[in-house]
Amino acid sequence: MQNQYELMVIFTPILNEDELKRLVGEYVKYIEDNGGELVHQEDWGLRQLAYEIDHKTTGIYHLFEFKAPGSLISELELLLKRDDHVMRFLTTRLDKYAVEWNKTRRERKAAKANEVKETQTEEA
Amino acid sequence: MANNKQDIKFLSSPNIGKTTKKYCRFKKAGIRYVDYKDPEFLKKFVNEQGKLLPRRITGNSLKFQRKVSVAVKKARILALMPFVTDQYK
Repeated sequence: MQNQYELMVIFTPILNEDELKRLVGEYVKYIEDNGGELVHQEDWGLRQLAYEIDHKTTGIYHLFEFKAPGSLISELELLLKRDDHVMRFLTTRLDKYAVEWNKTRRERKAAKANEVKETQTEEA
Repeated sequence: MANNKQDIKFLSSPNIGKTTKKYCRFKKAGIRYVDYKDPEFLKKFVNEQGKLLPRRITGNSLKFQRKVSVAVKKARILALMPFVTDQYK
């Protein structure tokens, strides 16, 4: 039975661009290979942490939203625990209201994005 | 002797004692899920030290107060919100 999950990962800030892409690609591939299906991915980039995590004050946030069978989650978390580029991660299971909310959130962001684009095209 | 209503000046505002009717903002706005990824919104339910406000102050219903507390705790784990700080607002 496929549940919908949301995984937020904080990577160490010392990662360079392609290193980060490789890592993210690795996890996405892992989800896809083991019967999961990626719904949405969001990169929040470098952000200030509210408190220090192992003596670092910034971290690279990345959000995965995917459908997967329950058994996949424990292995995925094992992988995340072993990976020392990952400072912290949190997987949450989404109920139907959460799924709905994420959809509206994405639409709002898309609407805002092309609004900004329109204003730019008008100015240019 | 023009002591009609308008001339009477009160020392303090008359509706000090009255309490405004509290309502649950989630029920009124029809929100069904409290998102832990949005610290700006969760700041309304946290005091200056970053601690959760009680229900009698936030006015939330029990069901949504629990959702808010779960969301705040998740945000704290992800360092989106501090566990304890000062002048957080």
